[in-house]
Amino acid sequence: MTEAFAALGEPNRYRIVELLRGGPRPVNDIGGRLRLNQPQVSKHLRVLKQAGLVDVEPRAQQRLYALRAQGLRQLHDWLERYRELWDARFTQLDDLVQQLKQKEKSDGRKRR
Amino acid sequence: MAAREGEPVLTRRTSFERVSDRELVIARTIDGPARIVFDAWTRPEHVRRWWAPQSLGGRMVSCDAEVRVGGRYRYVLEPGKGGRFAFSGEYTEITPPSRLVYTAFFEPTASGPMPGAAAVMVTVTFEERDGKTHIRSRELYPSKEVLDGALATGMERGVHVTMDQLDELVASLR
Repeated sequence: MTEAFAALGEPNRYRIVELLRGGPRPVNDIGGRLRLNQPQVSKHLRVLKQAGLVDVEPRAQQRLYALRAQGLRQLHDWLERYRELWDARFTQLDDLVQQLKQKEKSDGRKRR
Repeated sequence: MAAREGEPVLTRRTSFERVSDRELVIARTIDGPARIVFDAWTRPEHVRRWWAPQSLGGRMVSCDAEVRVGGRYRYVLEPGKGGRFAFSGEYTEITPPSRLVYTAFFEPTASGPMPGAAAVMVTVTFEERDGKTHIRSRELYPSKEVLDGALATGMERGVHVTMDQLDELVASLR
């Protein structure tokens, strides 16, 4: 999972992933659209492939790069879990703060 | 998205942002004044009521904190799936009700920090506006690798990748 985070952390790689949302594309097409040279694109694609985020589909004479839904979904699930943890904590904190506010109010009334 | 200074704080959603190689920011707005939120964040009798995510099956085993500069804290948790882990550290700055700085060590089996483990520096700010408090917890990790590792064990997202972007991305793949 670290690999997937690190892979998407590089801005050009994130741009490649975004571009591939439109469908599979060959290396030269990706380079042309994002104004990156072919060795750069190949290097980024290699990293994305290792991280399980893209796959190669051979088609006729070409090699097309496509997003791998499963890799992205796993990454998303990790994030969701940590967000859930903090959401759960903050929800409890919010409840507690409401109780403490009420208590302060009623204590204040008692003192008067 | 972390609220920027001067912007109204409207969201009650938890936000995460990896703001640099070594830093993670978790933020949320809580409905209540800063003095109450600060107490709830620090006093052990309060912390034990919210730190463990009960809706996810978590349980607080123990919670000790001596809230003074140089004082120590230790929270022991039992996640839903069995086992135990702990967070511990020392307070280095306490400015109620607006700012708190402490070190944090993760203890994977609640048996003390791993030998040679470096501390995460946590700076929490509490900014009150219209009776609500914006909490911003900034975690500074000893190195990029440590943060990457923490993320890999179930923590937050990568640089530049916002949760919303990922949401959208995943939705587009369904």
